[in-house]
Amino acid sequence: MSDLTRLTATEIAGLVATGETSAVEVTRAHLDRIAAVDDRVHAFLHVDTDGALAAARAVDERRAAGEELGPLAGVPVAVKDVLTTKGVPTTVGSKILEGWRPPYDATIVQRLREAGTVMLGKTNMDEFAMGSSTEYSAYGPTRNPWDTDRIPGGSGGGSAAALAAYEAPLSIGSDTGGSIRQPGAVTGTVGAKPTYGGTSRYGLVAFSSSLDTPGPCARTVLDAALLHQVIGGHDPRDSTSIPAPVPDVVAAAKLGATGDLTGVKLGIVSEFTGEGAEPGVLAAFRESVDTLAKLGAEIVEVSCPHFRYALPAYYLIAPSECSSNLARFDGVRFGLRVGDDGNRSLEEVMSLTREAGFGAEVKRRIMIGTYALSSGYYDAYYGQAQKVRTLITRDFTAAFERVDALISPTTPFVAFPLGARTSDPYQMYLADLFTIPTNLYGGPGISVPCGLSDGLPVGLQVMAPTMADDRMYRVAAALESVVGTFTPPAL
Amino acid sequence: MTTTLPAYDDVVARYEPVIGLETHVELGTNTKMFCGCPTDFGGEPNTRVCPVCLGLPGSLPVANKAAIEATIRIGLALNCSIAEWCRFARKNYFYPDMPKDFQISQYDEPLCFDGYLDVEVDGELVRIGIERVHLEEDTGKTLHVGGATGRIHGATESLVDYNRAGIPLVEIVTKPVPGTGALAPEVARAYVTELRDVLRSLGVSDVRMEEGSLRCDVNTSLNLPGEEWGTRTETKNVNSLRSVERAVRSEMLRQAAVLDAGGKITQETRHFHEDTGDTTPGRSKETATDYRYFPEPDLVPLAPDAAWVAELKAALPELPRLHRRRLQEQWGLSDLDMQSVLNAGAVELIEQTVAAGATPAAARKWWLGELSRRANEAGIELADVGATPAQVAELQGLVDAGKLNDKLARSVLEGVVAGEGSPTEIMTDRGLEVVSDTGALTAAVDEAIAANPGIADKIRSGKVAAAGALVGAVMKTTRGQADAKTVRELILERLGVQG
Repeated sequence: MSDLTRLTATEIAGLVATGETSAVEVTRAHLDRIAAVDDRVHAFLHVDTDGALAAARAVDERRAAGEELGPLAGVPVAVKDVLTTKGVPTTVGSKILEGWRPPYDATIVQRLREAGTVMLGKTNMDEFAMGSSTEYSAYGPTRNPWDTDRIPGGSGGGSAAALAAYEAPLSIGSDTGGSIRQPGAVTGTVGAKPTYGGTSRYGLVAFSSSLDTPGPCARTVLDAALLHQVIGGHDPRDSTSIPAPVPDVVAAAKLGATGDLTGVKLGIVSEFTGEGAEPGVLAAFRESVDTLAKLGAEIVEVSCPHFRYALPAYYLIAPSECSSNLARFDGVRFGLRVGDDGNRSLEEVMSLTREAGFGAEVKRRIMIGTYALSSGYYDAYYGQAQKVRTLITRDFTAAFERVDALISPTTPFVAFPLGARTSDPYQMYLADLFTIPTNLYGGPGISVPCGLSDGLPVGLQVMAPTMADDRMYRVAAALESVVGTFTPPAL
Repeated sequence: MTTTLPAYDDVVARYEPVIGLETHVELGTNTKMFCGCPTDFGGEPNTRVCPVCLGLPGSLPVANKAAIEATIRIGLALNCSIAEWCRFARKNYFYPDMPKDFQISQYDEPLCFDGYLDVEVDGELVRIGIERVHLEEDTGKTLHVGGATGRIHGATESLVDYNRAGIPLVEIVTKPVPGTGALAPEVARAYVTELRDVLRSLGVSDVRMEEGSLRCDVNTSLNLPGEEWGTRTETKNVNSLRSVERAVRSEMLRQAAVLDAGGKITQETRHFHEDTGDTTPGRSKETATDYRYFPEPDLVPLAPDAAWVAELKAALPELPRLHRRRLQEQWGLSDLDMQSVLNAGAVELIEQTVAAGATPAAARKWWLGELSRRANEAGIELADVGATPAQVAELQGLVDAGKLNDKLARSVLEGVVAGEGSPTEIMTDRGLEVVSDTGALTAAVDEAIAANPGIADKIRSGKVAAAGALVGAVMKTTRGQADAKTVRELILERLGVQG
């Protein structure tokens, strides 16, 4: 048997289904791989060895009993530590939740279990999903398997790095401003942000409720689509969940893999191909555009004039919502409690707990958001940002009257060295320049590897109309059918 | 500072009060506002909770449709417009009994707005404008242990019970009510009473002030005639209808004393004390928290279907005021008599007693007489006195059938109130039935006649009124278990006299 960790999810599921390998064998192979490399990558915050092996055994027993297995049964998956997992530590990369074992599973986690996937553990992330490098994790940074002196993107750097390091064939991320797509781009993996409301947020520890979108990460477009299909769809426990079936993303990925994009009209976002992006990134992007054209796609330039205001609008809306969402971390009911010595007042204990439990970036955003929502400033900041959000949505709807999907580089730059941008928040924020508009609009976006720049991966982003997630999978799979997948140097 | 309070008549002669009321009503839905936990009152602390109402990380609210429906019905009953589209909002502030450290409420887009409620005070109709009716979630309850006062200061421990957290709460806010003059306290009470009756008729809440399912904040200000409205205070902890009236009156007197002394009214929250009838300052509104309201992003906007709202409107029950008017006519009561029924809180009880078969007059007699007396003595609501309308109707049935006389009926009622069983059971168990065996009764009458020959002669000679003395003697020997009317007839019969 070849190295099980090098297989795609599709391949693993096939081998488990036919009995050529067992879910336990597959799981052991990945646990061994994690044991071998994760001290250098630090993709995981918690490895649930016992839980994973138990889940794998259950799949093998079901197969032995002749039960029909789902398309991803027996496939290991790593889950970003932003989703609650019953009895399994969930920290959101923060000290404030250190040691918390949730009493319930997120809907997505529940669906993963029901589908017979094997949860390996919880992956590292920027604290509360606020960051683009995973350096803001309270538990130390994750490193990029392509170059361990570089960042793996963020906030879902752990989920992306686990894929690139062959520690897991599938992982779950969450994308508020690019936290699935940008790590995908800089690690040479596939990351998809579904339509907002297409995947349940129940059990996703909230950063910014109107933007947070959990989604699939994988090494191939088809694997991402299979995972998307399993986790997606309406959830009555999430009011913002869309009561409609998941678009047929698997069929779309298979269609795309035929390499035919005849009749598909793609728009290059002209605002995202000028200044701001590294030349190497632009070069890889341009080359991919030529490839897409050769596959039959019609390519046009589309201007989205309000996208330039997306970053500032995002940095008002997301912090505003986060300032409220993170209020509950007060030391009263769960997680960290500091200073409760019997002499201090409740306010002092809350304040000491939050002082000790939150990192600098989280505090920065809470303060910005608190300010933006405060009486007398609301209209000028939060209110104004909401208007910009409407304008950006109009840019998208206007564009989608002309084209089927929009394309751009996923992120302006390839993986940067650890520490290069931590001293200047704005430089860090720029990593999400191209991904944020999609979140403000609520549509789907996917990052697919499109080439290398100086030996580091570059991602191409496909953005589609809301609930047309299938379109982006088709385009991404078509590109993948030509450029293939990218393997990092041995760790 | 102790100030001698001015006389109330003097205050209303010089100042004009403006009042306003904010009422919170816990809805009687089966489940909480945003999760499936039960809402029953009581229960061991923290047993009716789940990740959602505990505000655990990752949990999300889902709005309770029954609560939305109840709120719209309240709005319609209060003549409000119903929003075609509105949103929930987050009210942000830190408090341990608020699981998320924000409350899901409504801010500038209430579900119902711009209505009114007509109330009767001294036979006059007063229209109270309704500013808004909105829906929100209740908080948990904090219990401070170890302190002398039960307040946070001095407590050694604070415990929180989240059973109540997330129970649907409707807030009903009046517009300012000027122009009621000396009647302001009564208007305030009449409004809360009427509102309570409306809510009860809608069946949306058990509206028990003592259990906190109906809570009231009273705003009061005073101004000189012709001048702008004064600074208002908000009085909390007003836990009974009587307290509503007392709180307004007390606040009017206090404010008048401050103004008379050349002082200024501070805009603040004040705390009403049931025992003294006074208010004391709470937190000052000037340093009030900025709640940083913003639309709740975890919930989709509410857009009640117009046809549905029309259906709810068509199905509204008769308003209590109109219902009462109809009952008054049916019962043939004067305004004054009806008022005493109202004051006793006996409308529904009498109505149900009549429905169970009693005449209106008999039902009224029991509820306003013996039962009101008992309720007053025990200091409880009439409805809690221990007798049900069905029992009262049954009791009256026994009287009408001649099985009980008035005195015996009172004894049976005592047993009913004590929970000994149904009137018939108690009558039998206690052996209280009227002595209707004419043989025994005739013997007792004959005995009384023989023992009182003088009186008997008087009666024979036509002084029929003297029969009362013999009736008394017979009642004594039968230990009251005889029907006085029957006894009297029997005496006259035995003496050969026409009644």
